[in-house]
Amino acid sequence: MTVRERLRQNISAAFYRHGLLCASYPVPIILFTSASILTCCYPLLKLPLPGTGPVEFTTGVRDYSVPSHESQGNLSERPDWYRGPPVAYIQQVLVKAAVSPWDNSLVPVDVFRSPLGRVFSLLEEIRNHIYTDRSLEALCLQVTDLLPGLRRMQAVLPEHGCLLVSPGNYWQNRRDLFDADPDLLKTVHQHEPKGLHTSATLKDLLFGVPGKQTGVSLYSKKRVVTYTITIALSSYDARFVASLRARLKLLHPSANCTLREDHMVHVHFKEEIGIAELIPLVTTYIILFAYIYFSTRKIDMVKSKWGLALAAVVTVLSSLLMSVGLCTLFGLTPTLNGGEIFPYLVVVIGLENVLVLTKSVVSTPVDLEVKLRIAQGLSNESWSIMKNMATELCIILIGYFTFVPAIQEFCLFAVVGLVSDFFLQMFFFTTVLSIDIRRMELADLNRRLPAEAGMPPPKPGPLRPRETPPPPRPSPHTITLQAPAFRNLRLPKRLRVVYFLARTRLAQRIIMVGTVIWIGILVYTDPAGLRTFLAAQVSEQSPLGEAGLPPHLGVAPVFPGGDPTSTLSVLPAPEPTPLPENQSQGHRAARPGVAPVSSPQITWGPEDEELWRRLSFRHWPSLFSYYNITLAKRYISILPVIPVTLHLSPQEAIDTRHPQDTHHAPPPSIKTSDLQTDLTLYKVAALGLFAGVVLVLLLFCLYRVLCPRNYGQNGVPHGRRRRGDLPCDEYGYSPPISEISPLLLRGHSMDIECLASDGMLLASCCLAGSACEAESLLGADFREPGGVAMGGPDVDIFPIRRRTNPARPALFGDQPDLTPLIDTNFGSLPPSQTLSSSGFDFGELVEKAYQEHEPSPTLAFPPSPPASQQRRRSLGDQPVLPPELPPQSNGDWDSSVWAMELRGNLIATGRSSGKLEIYQCDLICCSYFLVSISLMKMEIVAARLNGSLDFFTVEINKPLGLLQYRGPPGRGSLPPSPCYSSEDVISCQLTRSVQCAHQKPITVLKAAAGRVVTGSQDHTVRVYRLEDSCCLFTLQGHSGGITAIYIDQTMVLASGGQDGAICVWDVLTGSRVSHVYGHRGDVTSLVCTTSCIISSGLDDLICIWDRSTGIKLYSIQQEVGCGASLGVISESLLVTGGQGCVSFWDLNYGDLLQTVYLGQSSEGQGVRQLLVLDNAAIVCDFGSELSLVYVPSVLEKLD
Amino acid sequence: MPRLEEHCWSCSCSTTVKTKELSSASWIVCKTGEMMSIITSVLSQSYGSLHSLQSANLIRRGLVLFIVGVVLALVLNLLQIQRNVTLFPEEVLDTLFSSAWWIPLCCGTAAAVVGLLYPCLDHHLGEPHKFKREWASVMRCIAVFVGINHASAKLDFANNVQLSLTLAALSLGLWWTFDRSRSGFGLGLTTAFLATLIAQLLVYNGIYQYTSPDFLYVRSWLPCIFFSGGVTVGNIGRQLAMGSTEKPHND
Repeated sequence: MTVRERLRQNISAAFYRHGLLCASYPVPIILFTSASILTCCYPLLKLPLPGTGPVEFTTGVRDYSVPSHESQGNLSERPDWYRGPPVAYIQQVLVKAAVSPWDNSLVPVDVFRSPLGRVFSLLEEIRNHIYTDRSLEALCLQVTDLLPGLRRMQAVLPEHGCLLVSPGNYWQNRRDLFDADPDLLKTVHQHEPKGLHTSATLKDLLFGVPGKQTGVSLYSKKRVVTYTITIALSSYDARFVASLRARLKLLHPSANCTLREDHMVHVHFKEEIGIAELIPLVTTYIILFAYIYFSTRKIDMVKSKWGLALAAVVTVLSSLLMSVGLCTLFGLTPTLNGGEIFPYLVVVIGLENVLVLTKSVVSTPVDLEVKLRIAQGLSNESWSIMKNMATELCIILIGYFTFVPAIQEFCLFAVVGLVSDFFLQMFFFTTVLSIDIRRMELADLNRRLPAEAGMPPPKPGPLRPRETPPPPRPSPHTITLQAPAFRNLRLPKRLRVVYFLARTRLAQRIIMVGTVIWIGILVYTDPAGLRTFLAAQVSEQSPLGEAGLPPHLGVAPVFPGGDPTSTLSVLPAPEPTPLPENQSQGHRAARPGVAPVSSPQITWGPEDEELWRRLSFRHWPSLFSYYNITLAKRYISILPVIPVTLHLSPQEAIDTRHPQDTHHAPPPSIKTSDLQTDLTLYKVAALGLFAGVVLVLLLFCLYRVLCPRNYGQNGVPHGRRRRGDLPCDEYGYSPPISEISPLLLRGHSMDIECLASDGMLLASCCLAGSACEAESLLGADFREPGGVAMGGPDVDIFPIRRRTNPARPALFGDQPDLTPLIDTNFGSLPPSQTLSSSGFDFGELVEKAYQEHEPSPTLAFPPSPPASQQRRRSLGDQPVLPPELPPQSNGDWDSSVWAMELRGNLIATGRSSGKLEIYQCDLICCSYFLVSISLMKMEIVAARLNGSLDFFTVEINKPLGLLQYRGPPGRGSLPPSPCYSSEDVISCQLTRSVQCAHQKPITVLKAAAGRVVTGSQDHTVRVYRLEDSCCLFTLQGHSGGITAIYIDQTMVLASGGQDGAICVWDVLTGSRVSHVYGHRGDVTSLVCTTSCIISSGLDDLICIWDRSTGIKLYSIQQEVGCGASLGVISESLLVTGGQGCVSFWDLNYGDLLQTVYLGQSSEGQGVRQLLVLDNAAIVCDFGSELSLVYVPSVLEKLD
Repeated sequence: MPRLEEHCWSCSCSTTVKTKELSSASWIVCKTGEMMSIITSVLSQSYGSLHSLQSANLIRRGLVLFIVGVVLALVLNLLQIQRNVTLFPEEVLDTLFSSAWWIPLCCGTAAAVVGLLYPCLDHHLGEPHKFKREWASVMRCIAVFVGINHASAKLDFANNVQLSLTLAALSLGLWWTFDRSRSGFGLGLTTAFLATLIAQLLVYNGIYQYTSPDFLYVRSWLPCIFFSGGVTVGNIGRQLAMGSTEKPHND
C-alpha cells in the first residue's frame, strides 16, 4: 500500500466519521458554527463603513498650522488623511440682506434686486483688499479654464484667475449687465437642470447656500436674501483673512451676531466612483451572479433547492467576511478596495466543493440512514476535495511570492478565506445538507404512511398488481392522498414567459420595487423641501414649540450628537436640523404685528455658522471638478464664515428697479401665500392619490392580462375535477376538447384487476375472480350517434357460462355487434357435476400446492367447458350455452387473479391462490402459486413467490398421455381466428423448473425475444434463455428490489427498482448502459421507445428519459394513484390515465394533445390500468367497466 | 485617424496613467483585417445554406460570441481608461465612443472567429473537450479573465518584467484550470502570437503608440492578455457548441 493510498484511506475515514458527527448533532454544530462566524466577524465592526460620504475633522483657528506630511504618532485623534496641505481653504462671506423697513409701495422684485445688486460692491471690496502688500490675487487658488465639456458654463464660472464665486457670476460680475437684466429670476434659473438632480446645481454653487434659503423668490415671506461669496485660497494667511474679516465687519456691521470664529473644519473626500469604474465593477458582479446561478442550478434531488443554494452562498460569503475579520484582527488593515476584489475572491474560493458534496450525498443509496448517507457522501468526495484545496493553496502560495503588495494581500485574504470556507463547508453546509436530506425522507415517509395505514379491510382497491406482494393478500395497497398535483406541461416558450411573469408577478413586483426606490430617492434628495416643511409644521404645532424653548436650544446643532440636551429637547420634531430659525422668527415677528406690513429682520443664529453643511456633499467636489481638480482622497479646509449684514432703504430698492419690474403682479398677501402653500399641499396630495389610483388600475390590468381567469381562486378545490371541467394545469391552459368518445364494456361486478390483450382479443379479470374476454376486431365501420364517423372495433362478448345481459348504454344501442358477452364468472357459480365427473379434485391439488410450495410435476387439465366458441356474426343470434361449470373447486372461491397474459386465443392467468390457469376462450388449465407469468408462443413461464421459475409448454392437437383432456366439441361455428378451436386438445406440460432462480421472491417477469427476464426482491435481475432455461446473466446494480422490467423484441432491457433507479442493460453482454435516479420510491412501470424511456413511479410522476444519454427530458405529474397507467401508442404518442379520463401526450415535446373522458360518472374513478392495442386503440379500466378508446384522430394529427 | 490618435495621446497625458486600453484596442485592430475576409466568406457561405440547421446554429453561436466580445471589449476598455474622475458621464462615454467605436466591433468579430475555431479544431482533431464542460466553469473563466485585465490595469508593479511574468503565470493558470487541452493551448499561443505581431505592425506604422513600450513597440504583457482572452473565448465557444448539439436531443 503506497503512502498515497494510505493517505487516501485515512482521509476518507476521517471524513466518514466527521459526516456521522455532523448528521448526528445538527443543531449544536450549527450553533457552534454561527457563533464562530460571528466571533470572526466581530473585528469588522471596527472598520469604517464603506461609503463615499466625506469625513470631517475640526481644529482651532488660533494655533493652526499646515499639517506635515509625516504622521505623528502621538496625535492619535488626528485622522490619517490629515497630512499635508489641503487642496484649498474655503473662505465664505455670508451675506444677509433685506430692504427695511418694508412698505406697501414695494414690489416683490425689490426683495432681492437691490440686495443682490450689492454683491458687486462687496466683490470689489474683497478683490481690492490688501493687507501689508498681500492681495487676494496672491493668495487665492488660481484656476485655468474649465473642462472642455462645460462650454455652457463658461459664461458663468470664473476662468483663468481666482476661484471666487458669488451670485454676481450670473452677470459676469458686472453691475451694468445686472442693471440691464429685466428678469433676474429667469437668469438665475436658466442654468438649472430639469428634473431630478442629486449633485450640486449651479445655483447652489454660486449662492453658496441651499436654494431654499436664498430668499430669491417672488413669494418669499421673510424678505431676507441670503447668499455667500466663496473664495478658494491656495495658502492660508491668518493675518490677511483676519484683516478681511475685520474690514467687512466694519463696513457692514452685524448686530447681535454671535457666530463663533474659532474653528476651521477639514473635510476629507473619499474616492468617487465614477461611471467609468462602475461599469467594470457591475460587470464583474454580473459575472459573479451568473456563476452563482449556474452553480446552484445544479443542486438537485433535495428537498429545498432554494434553501441549499442559500446555504451555499451563505457559506462563501461568511467565509469571506471571516477572512477579512481575521486579517483585521491580526493587524492587517485591508488597503484594497473591498468591492473590487470581492468577486474575484468568491470566484477563487468557489462553490464547487459545496456542489460536489451535495451531489455525492444525494447519489448515495436512498434506503440508507441519513447519517450513513452523509458520511458516505463525504468520504466519497474527501479525496478530491482535499486535492483541490491543496492545489488552490499551492497556487495562492505561488502568488504570494510575486512580492507585489497588492497580490500578496489578495493571496493572504484568499488563503484565510479558503481555510475558513473549508471549515464552513465541513461544519455548516454538511449539517444543513443533513437536515435537508432528513426533511426529504420525512416527506417521503409522510407520502407513504397513509398507504400503509389506510388499508381498510372491507374493500381494498387494487392498485398495483405487480407491486412487491410479500403477503398473499388480494390487494396490495390503497393510497388515499391529499390534493393531486397538476401535470407539468411543456408549453411554447412564448406562453411560458407570460406564465412565468404571471406566476411570479414579476411585473408587479418590479413596479413596486421601482416605486419604493423612487420614493426613497425623493425622500433622500428632498427636492420639494418636504422634510423642512414637515419639520416646520411639527415644530409650530407642537406645544413645546420654540416659545417654550430657550433660543439656543431651539435649534439643534447641525450634527447630532454635539450636545445631547438639544436633540432631546426638540424630540417632537423628527428632523430638528433643518428648522430654520430665522424663518420661524420671521413668523413670530409677523404675527404679533397687526399691521399687514412686516419689516424683515435679519437675525444670525448658530445655524449660520456652518451653512455649507446644508449643501450637497458633492458641492465642493463638483465645484473643483469643473476645473479638473479632484478632491478624491484629499481634503479641503473650510474657514469660519464672515457674516455681512446689509440693510437697504426702500428708496434704494426703488432706485435700483428695472423698468419692467413693476409689471409684475402686486405682492400677494401673506394670507394668500399661506393659502397657496396649502393649495400646493393639496395639489400634491391629489396628484399622489391620482397616481396611486392609476397605478392600481395599471396593476389590475396587468393582472388581468397576464393571469388566467381562475388564477388565485384558491377556494375552489382542485382535488376533484368535475365532469365537464377540462383538466387544466396551473396556468389555466386547457387542452382542446376531445371528439373521441370511448366505448364502454361492462360485465364485471367489481373493479378490474388485470387486463391483457394480443391485439385481437381482450381479456380482463376483476376482483371477484371472474375473467371477461372481449374480442376486439377491426371490423365494420360503425357510426356513433353523434354522427362522427370513425372506425370502430366490433366487440363480441361471449358469455361462457352465465348469460349476463348487461344494461347496455344508449350510446351503443344501434351497434349490431356488441351484444354477445363472455362472462367467465367462475367464482360466483356453484360447482356442478361436470367438474366432479372430470375426476380431478382441484381443491386437493391446490391444497397440496399450498402446503408443499413446490411445483407439482403433473398438470391438471380440467374439463374444458365445451360451449361458447361461437363468434357471432349475426345479430341477435343468442348463443346457447350448456350449463357449464367452472373447473375450479371452491378452493378458488375467493382467490383473485394476480396476473394475466393473453396471446393468440390463449389466456393464462395466475391466481393468488397459486394456480396457473390457461383458457382457450374457455379452456382452463392448471394452477400454481405464482405471481407472474409470461406467455410466449407455446411456452408459459411462471414465476413464484418462493423464487422459483417454471417453464411450461403448451401443446395443441397432440394428445399427450399425461393429463390430457378432450373437451367436448363446440356447437357453434368455428371462429375465423388463427387460433385453436376448442376441439383441439391442449396440453400443458411442465418442461423445466428452476428452483432457486432468486433468493427472494420474484416480483416481475417479462419475456421477449427468446429471453426471460426476472426481477426479484434480492436486488438482482436475471436473464434466462427460453429454450433451455439457462441463466445467462445476473444483473446487479440496483440497491432495492426490482419492481419493473421492460424488454422488447429488439432486446432492449430496462429495469426499475424500489430505490427509484432505472437501469438500462445490454442484454447481449450483460453490462449496464445507464443508471439514473428518477423517482422517489418505487418505479412502477417502464416502457421504452426507440429514443426514450418512460418510467412511472410511486410518486405519481412519469419521467421521460433520453435513452442514449440517460438525461431526463421532462416529467409529467400524474394524479394520485394513476401513476402506473401509461402506454405508448406510437413512437411519439403517450397515453396516460387520470381521474376518469385518459390523456394523450406528444412524447417529443411533452405537450398534452387530448383528454378523453370515459364516462358520465367520472367521480373518483381513476384509470389504473391501461393497455394499448395494436390497432391504435387503448383499453383502460374504469371502475368495474372497461373502456375502449379508439384514437384515429390523434394519430392523424400526428401524421 | 489623426484626430483619434491625438485624442488617445491627450487622454494618456491627462490621466498620467498607463493607457492600457491600447492593448485591447490594438488587439482588435489587428484581428479585424484577417477576420474580415474570413467573416465575409463565412457569411456568404452561411447565406447560401441558411436553411440548414447547421449553419443557422453556427450563425447563432457566432452572434452570441460577437456580442460577448463586444461587451468584454467595452468593459475592459473602460477598465483601462483610467480615472479622471469627472462628474459628467457623457464625457466618459463620449471619449469611449469617439475614440474607439470600431474597437468593440473588431473585438466581437475576433471573439466570434476564435470561439468558432475552438470547437471546430476539437472536432477535426477528434478529441472532444470534456474537461469541466458546464456554464458555471465558463463563468468562472470569464471572471478570472476580467480579473487578469483588472490586475494589469490597476496593480502597481515594481517593474515591467515582474508584471509580465505575473500575468504570464496567471494566463497559464487560467489555461490549466479551465482548458487543459493541447489544442486549446496551441490555438491560444497562435492567437497571442498573431495578435502581438499585428499590434507590432500597427504600432510600427504609427497608428498607435504605447506610453512605455518595453517589448519592441508594445508592452510585454500583451501576449499574455491575448492568450488568456483566446482561451476564455474558446471556452465559451466550446460550451455554446456543446449546448447546440445537445439541443436537438432535448427537443
